[in-house]
Amino acid sequence: MIDMMNANHAAAIAAKLARVDVTAVYPITPQTSISEKLAEMVQKGEMDAKFLTVESEHSAMSVLIGASYAGARTFTATSSHGLALMHEMLMWAVGARRPIVMPVAARTIGAPWNIWGEHQDVITERDTGWLQIFCENNQEVLDTVLMAYRVAEDPEVMLPIMVVEDGFIMSHTVDIVDVPEQDRVDRYLPPFRPKYPIDVNNPMRHGGLVMPDWWTEFRYLIHLSQEAARTKLVEAEKAFEEEFGRSYGGLMEYYQCEDADAILVIAGSAAGTAKEVADRFRSEGKKVGVAKLRVFRPFPAKEVRRLSEMTSTIGVFDRSYTFGDGGAMFNEVRSALQPGDSMVKNYVGGLGGRDVTVKYIEWIFEDLLKISAAGKVDRVVEWVGLKDGTGRW
Amino acid sequence: MESPTSIKRYKLTIPHEEYIYPGHSTCPGCGEPLALRYLLKALGPNTVLNVPAGCGAVMPGVWPRYAIKVPFVDHAFECTAAVSSGIKAALEKKGRDDITVVGWAGDGGTVDIGLQALSGAVDRNTDILYVMYDNEAYMNTGIQCSGSTPCGAWTTTTPGGRNVKQRQGKKRILEMMIANGIVFGATVSVAYPDDFIRTIRKAKDIKGPRFIHAYTPCPSGWRMDPRKAIEVSRLAVRTGAFPLYEYHNGKYKFTKEIKKRKPVEEYLRLQGRFRHLTPADVAEVQALVDREYKELVAKVGAGGR
Repeated sequence: MIDMMNANHAAAIAAKLARVDVTAVYPITPQTSISEKLAEMVQKGEMDAKFLTVESEHSAMSVLIGASYAGARTFTATSSHGLALMHEMLMWAVGARRPIVMPVAARTIGAPWNIWGEHQDVITERDTGWLQIFCENNQEVLDTVLMAYRVAEDPEVMLPIMVVEDGFIMSHTVDIVDVPEQDRVDRYLPPFRPKYPIDVNNPMRHGGLVMPDWWTEFRYLIHLSQEAARTKLVEAEKAFEEEFGRSYGGLMEYYQCEDADAILVIAGSAAGTAKEVADRFRSEGKKVGVAKLRVFRPFPAKEVRRLSEMTSTIGVFDRSYTFGDGGAMFNEVRSALQPGDSMVKNYVGGLGGRDVTVKYIEWIFEDLLKISAAGKVDRVVEWVGLKDGTGRW
Repeated sequence: MESPTSIKRYKLTIPHEEYIYPGHSTCPGCGEPLALRYLLKALGPNTVLNVPAGCGAVMPGVWPRYAIKVPFVDHAFECTAAVSSGIKAALEKKGRDDITVVGWAGDGGTVDIGLQALSGAVDRNTDILYVMYDNEAYMNTGIQCSGSTPCGAWTTTTPGGRNVKQRQGKKRILEMMIANGIVFGATVSVAYPDDFIRTIRKAKDIKGPRFIHAYTPCPSGWRMDPRKAIEVSRLAVRTGAFPLYEYHNGKYKFTKEIKKRKPVEEYLRLQGRFRHLTPADVAEVQALVDREYKELVAKVGAGGR
């Protein structure tokens, strides 16, 4: 059914379609309307889930871990400080191998206060072991939540997944969304049947003390599951395409990348803007492309290396920062490349709710084309859109 | 030789079934495995434990060994009641209302770092049994002061004794939980297993948030002879330092009546953690115990026995 909704409602409706058993929510901007929509659907009886209003995001994640152990499909959503407060339990969820799916309406973390969008909160949780998928539009959020359950609950994966939507730009912007029928979702997504649920007839301990003689092996198993998730993500998307006719390019989507003089790696809603600009550049004979970094964990290093076969110059746009170094996405891309691969430059911008406009992207593409022509990178990290008196903006 | 009559008199009222196997890793004289043993004897096999950091997380053994006969979920320090809430919600969703979900946490994990999650779960009227095993300090990390460390006690972070000058005692967690909205609450002690089991059985059959404050001596942390653990526990009750009482349907009652309280000094002097207290300090502790005990007597009186 074609409907109009923002990404937050798309995420909540996806949870309903996934027949989530237990949700626990705590309000934070700009995620809050996901929680509100869940409350409304449960209240109206449209969604058959336990709905817990908890006292913090830390407790929200803790509730889900407990519920998931008892065999429930679980869901919550958060942003920013809420995600940071969850940090400890994010890591616990990974070690406990709980296939929780959680949309994150990505936002700043203070101080000072700023409620608007960027990717810093999500990027900060890069090393927790969660799979992280960045979405470009509201439809992709709904579809990705469904795919995420299928991957997370796969016995070879059993890891939690963050579905990232840009705060306000997507969470509060209404767009066309095709809401799939329940029976088709049921066909795509079987019920959650964990191998080792809490069972009074088969008592076991879940998460007990592991000594140095085995700890490394436990961590290695998580590593293997992250690796397995690469294939599982692609398979889940293929099955999704077969059922629903939509797909998003796997771990990394190449757009106008063939034979490009420069390619911009970019995640989230800004990828859509970049594609638009790339089209315009191509029509003017300027050969640029866009590589949408859709899955950030597991990191698609092989897919990144393929970029080097297509271009000499790669730009990476980070909507976050790693103080004391370049952006995280940039660093990941750079470390995936080998000596002799493409030149690479980092662009940091679109922070704290500042729009990533067509003008931004045009400037970046022109800059990359200059690098491509000159054969060398002028500076490694460029903060774009600064009010630095250069008059660029 | 005892006569058949006296054997009958001492008939065992405690269930024979054991849910804790030998091989757990607590210190000599530890009260925690006793408390957990009585708890599980009272609750039976349809029980799920969830346990945060603390002695409770170390006690059942090291993976892949496990000394307890019911499902056990480990988790971080501050989220006991939240994890219980999640387990309960999932079981309810599956229509399993025959399983008791027990949050089993120490005093630090309850009155300090776990208080927020506990308060939230009680506020949601969650149908769980929360048991705080109180050894009156952060014992697993090596005897640091918690909000449940009593007035005057030495710990590694209160080398001069806790709050003697402020005449301030333990956080009164059961009173806090009563104010928060629990439907049933009680104190229990490992020195009184019959009362312990009777109280837990009663709690088991009540729906809603229930809170048990269990006294579990820690000879290692209290600097005392492990052989005296039960004696000290009994003195805690008899001096009024740890009175046994319950709260149900808005009414208080003593579950162990103490006709004449012993001086608290008898309790203190068996424990090295109180060794440094001067007679004046002891008098302060006695005054504090008297004050809190009188308040409790007044509540019992007001509630009607």
